[in-house]
Amino acid sequence: MQDEPTPIELTKAVADFLRSDITPLISGHQAFKLRVAVNILDLVTRQLTWEEGSDLKEVERLRALLGMDGSVTELNRALAERIAKGEVDLATPGLAEHLWATTMDKLAVDQPNYASYKRELSRGA
Amino acid sequence: MIEAELSRSVQRWCPGATGVTGAAKLSGGASQETWRFDIVHPDGPIGAILRRSPKGYGAAPTRAAGLAAEAQLMQLAYEAGVPSPRVMHVLTPDEDLGTGFIMQRVEGETIARKILRDDEFAAARPHLARQIGGVLAGLHRLPQDKLPELRSRSATEEISELDRDYRSLNWPKPVFELALRWLRDHNPGPSAETTLVHGDFRNGNLIIGADGVRAVLDWELAHLGDPMEDLGWVCVNSWRFGEIDKPAGGFGSREELFAGYEAAGRRVDPARVKFWEVMGTLRWGIMCGGMMQRFREGPDHSMERAMIGRRASETEIDLLRLLAPRGS
Repeated sequence: MQDEPTPIELTKAVADFLRSDITPLISGHQAFKLRVAVNILDLVTRQLTWEEGSDLKEVERLRALLGMDGSVTELNRALAERIAKGEVDLATPGLAEHLWATTMDKLAVDQPNYASYKRELSRGA
Repeated sequence: MIEAELSRSVQRWCPGATGVTGAAKLSGGASQETWRFDIVHPDGPIGAILRRSPKGYGAAPTRAAGLAAEAQLMQLAYEAGVPSPRVMHVLTPDEDLGTGFIMQRVEGETIARKILRDDEFAAARPHLARQIGGVLAGLHRLPQDKLPELRSRSATEEISELDRDYRSLNWPKPVFELALRWLRDHNPGPSAETTLVHGDFRNGNLIIGADGVRAVLDWELAHLGDPMEDLGWVCVNSWRFGEIDKPAGGFGSREELFAGYEAAGRRVDPARVKFWEVMGTLRWGIMCGGMMQRFREGPDHSMERAMIGRRASETEIDLLRLLAPRGS
């Protein structure tokens, strides 16, 4: 077991420093790059916070859907193959719900301000 | 210094010109650059744009039509009354500027978010969806016997190419697989009519002023194909820049876009437009994956490129909204 602060806390501290203390000092293209850098750290913080929980739920849904076991990567690969072969499609019970849940979890990390995501979030699960 | 070469160039083909000033690079990847500059002329400065591949970067990527074709298409468009900058000069090898062309600079805005939000464009915005419909109709009617040599691409070929690009990423994405299946199942077959297709006609590649569309830019993906492809691409959600209830570029409705197209004497096939919108959404998603791959394999190890890889999920939610909408 590693000591604390956690990676989430450390990453957040760096992002906050760059945002509050460095952003006011620079301009132009460097300011744009800094904004990208801060966005990356924020994304990493969100992923560290939620990935474990969302992966567990994703694996659970994939096992039920596919009737097999494996890592989240292996199960995604298997689902992709079955869709490609036409063995699984939108008429398959649970597929649409699974893809929606998985995609919403990805957007929560990648682009929580994306308009389509915000619209779907307001619609509820 | 590029101004020295440009000065020599303009004095050869622009009567009265004595040189250039204010050359500044607007954008540039490794293989293609855009510069702005002013031609010094006794009647007053002439705003100009240089688009070029620097020396040593002659080879265009496989999908690209090439700068010579681009210049020819813009000139054809200009002559046909499609909003386009006038091409002033096509570069020759002895000018030492690489390959490309010089065009008249059209003032206006290209940044999509500004066009969709700034007060300056408030009066133009309600008309843009219909207006771009008319512009596309004009573009699809450019005389085919005058077009440069262009690749031709059917829906079936485009699906195969996307499939190949996706599989080369080795990036299993169930939503992309679903979209590929949907495209195969809904392939409308060969288009009754083959026309010039701009290939990247969207908000962001148009110069807009307070009076509306002033120029269509970025013709590098032009090809021959189904004209409905351009109408589908302009509706891809990524090009609505947050205005998700206004499918036509964030400007307005599909109905307005289609009405503008049909008022100019051409027919719309809404089912084909939807097919191309799904195709375009998937294509942008796969391109995001390509960015991720190039970030990993270098040489462009930039943060921006890395983050574009993380935008593939935006196209996944948009594909689900198109193919498996909830609560409907």
